[in-house]
Amino acid sequence: MPEIQMREAIRQAMDEEMERDENVFLLGEEVGQYNGAYKVSKGLLDKYGERRVKDTPIAELGFTGLAVGAATVGLRPIVEWMTFNFALLALDQVVNNAAKMRHMSGGQMKVPIVFRGANGPAEYLSSQHSQALQSYFVHVPGLKVIAPSTPYDAKGLLKTAIRDDNPVVMMESEMTYGLTGEVPEEEYLIPFGKADIKRKGKDVTLISYSKPVHMVLRAAERLAEMGIEAEVVDLRSLRPLDEETIYASVRKTNRAVIVDESWPMASVGSHVAWLVSRNCFDDLDAPVELVSSEDVPMPYNHTLELAVQPTVEKIVDAVKRVTYKE
Amino acid sequence: MSDIKKYDSEFLMKALRDMVLIRRFEEKTAQMYGLRKIGGFLHLYNGQEAVAVGAVAAIDLKTDYILTSYRDHGHALAVGMSPGSIMAEMFGKITGCARGKGGSMHMFDVERHFLGGNGIVGAQIPMATGVAFKQAYLKDGGVTLCFFGDGAIHQGAFHESLNLAKIWKLPAVYIVENNQFGMGTAVNRVSGIEDFHVKAEGYGLQGKIINGMDFLDVYEGLREVAQDARQNGNAWVIDLKTYRYKGHSASDPAKYRTKDELESYKQQDPIVQLKSRMIDAGVLSEEQYRKLDDEVKEEVQAAVDFAEKSEEPALHTMYEDILA
Repeated sequence: MPEIQMREAIRQAMDEEMERDENVFLLGEEVGQYNGAYKVSKGLLDKYGERRVKDTPIAELGFTGLAVGAATVGLRPIVEWMTFNFALLALDQVVNNAAKMRHMSGGQMKVPIVFRGANGPAEYLSSQHSQALQSYFVHVPGLKVIAPSTPYDAKGLLKTAIRDDNPVVMMESEMTYGLTGEVPEEEYLIPFGKADIKRKGKDVTLISYSKPVHMVLRAAERLAEMGIEAEVVDLRSLRPLDEETIYASVRKTNRAVIVDESWPMASVGSHVAWLVSRNCFDDLDAPVELVSSEDVPMPYNHTLELAVQPTVEKIVDAVKRVTYKE
Repeated sequence: MSDIKKYDSEFLMKALRDMVLIRRFEEKTAQMYGLRKIGGFLHLYNGQEAVAVGAVAAIDLKTDYILTSYRDHGHALAVGMSPGSIMAEMFGKITGCARGKGGSMHMFDVERHFLGGNGIVGAQIPMATGVAFKQAYLKDGGVTLCFFGDGAIHQGAFHESLNLAKIWKLPAVYIVENNQFGMGTAVNRVSGIEDFHVKAEGYGLQGKIINGMDFLDVYEGLREVAQDARQNGNAWVIDLKTYRYKGHSASDPAKYRTKDELESYKQQDPIVQLKSRMIDAGVLSEEQYRKLDDEVKEEVQAAVDFAEKSEEPALHTMYEDILA
């Protein structure tokens, strides 16, 4: 199986779907002539031309709203936000229009649109350019939200997203665009609402998604050396959420640690911690642990910015607490 | 002033009837609000009838689209939605056009190409630009009319949309229903300029002022620019001067303006104007008008009866119409 980078996997998904369906088009800042700020859309302008690959002005609210309108009348736009930090300017169009049109029209309208781009902490960028903003989107009924960690998952989920008749937000990570992984040459799709067990284990369940999954897998290796077999659940899809897979794992291991690089308050991590605490109460041998980022804006200083985020050590410590190995 | 004799009586009678329907419907709506049959925000269209009716007459909704703000009853009626489905929506009934989920601010009829009914000031402007994008993408010959109030003109969404419409040559007509007030604030207190069509120039587009108190002026003015937009991909900004007789919403006593001002606009009432010109032109008699008005009143009463008799939505419907 060929090994390709995350950016190539995302590009393949867009390319294949644009080829399959003429109504699919891509718009965003620098997606065309510049080939994408992170080179995700490289070559697409050459292949599909200016009609279907649209370089936009730096006007997130305007071009996002334009895409929402186009989706309501039958086109299937892919909106690339250079990063989710800038997507905040477009939030009104996502929350008040994309997620509400079907509802307010009593089911008359549908909004088949994908919003995607880089989310989460990067390096040396300070607090406006290094933040994990999934809560803003996951909070909203009427949206679907996915956050893949591997090239394989990204491609399969994005193809599903483009074919979905609802607004889908795909949260990528700047730090994983160069990450490589196996992606088959034949076509495949990954359904939403299905978590993936990235490592099997019997002693503790580690639940994560997006970029931190790789850190969690490294922590699992460290734990294995200590004689603790961790099961790693990669949520992949945040809304809808695969509660079944989470509970099945926790009921087997009786212990849960959630790792989420966003802030702790009102986060996916805190929500999953509540779900597990409530629905696996009788199966738990220890309180649920949440390893999140510190509740502070991201500092520029590298030592500080690393200290803000989850680390292998923090995850191992949390596992020690739930297994009473401290 | 345009020559009314150019038009056949059927065309004029339909326009007059549509405007009277909106006026009578809104009068009844205000009454129902007073009786607490309708809740929430209620933004009435009295005084602005010529705008929606003239605009709909100027386009072809088989290919064209209309989007507007929360002051949407007039447009909903003008595109031909049944008064019953609109009234029932405001009553929160399952037979409403949005199954009781939208209310007064969110009228939709996708089949008639009327895409709402948006409650966020200016939020429909980028969406309408996207509908025009689709028309350009598919080269289907359509044009999109986007309505909004003078209050929306200072939103970034408006300015970003104009620029996109220019660079991508989109067949969009941006129509400021300039009723002189953004809620309770007079235009001149929040705007450095009085005439909004000049905003077009900054984006390389064309603008125009149209008298919104006269049906034929609206019809002729918008037909011309809609043709240019659909044929040449030119977007337009129209400052359509109109006036709302009522407050911003039903809870607004409108103390920020004088009785004299209101009276001066009522002298140019769009319905009275069209009616008297039709009588002068010999295509309408007082008796015909009374008959028309009586029919309309009955139609409006039937809408209220339909809304009254309709069922409340079942609780489980709250989980419906969220995802496709």
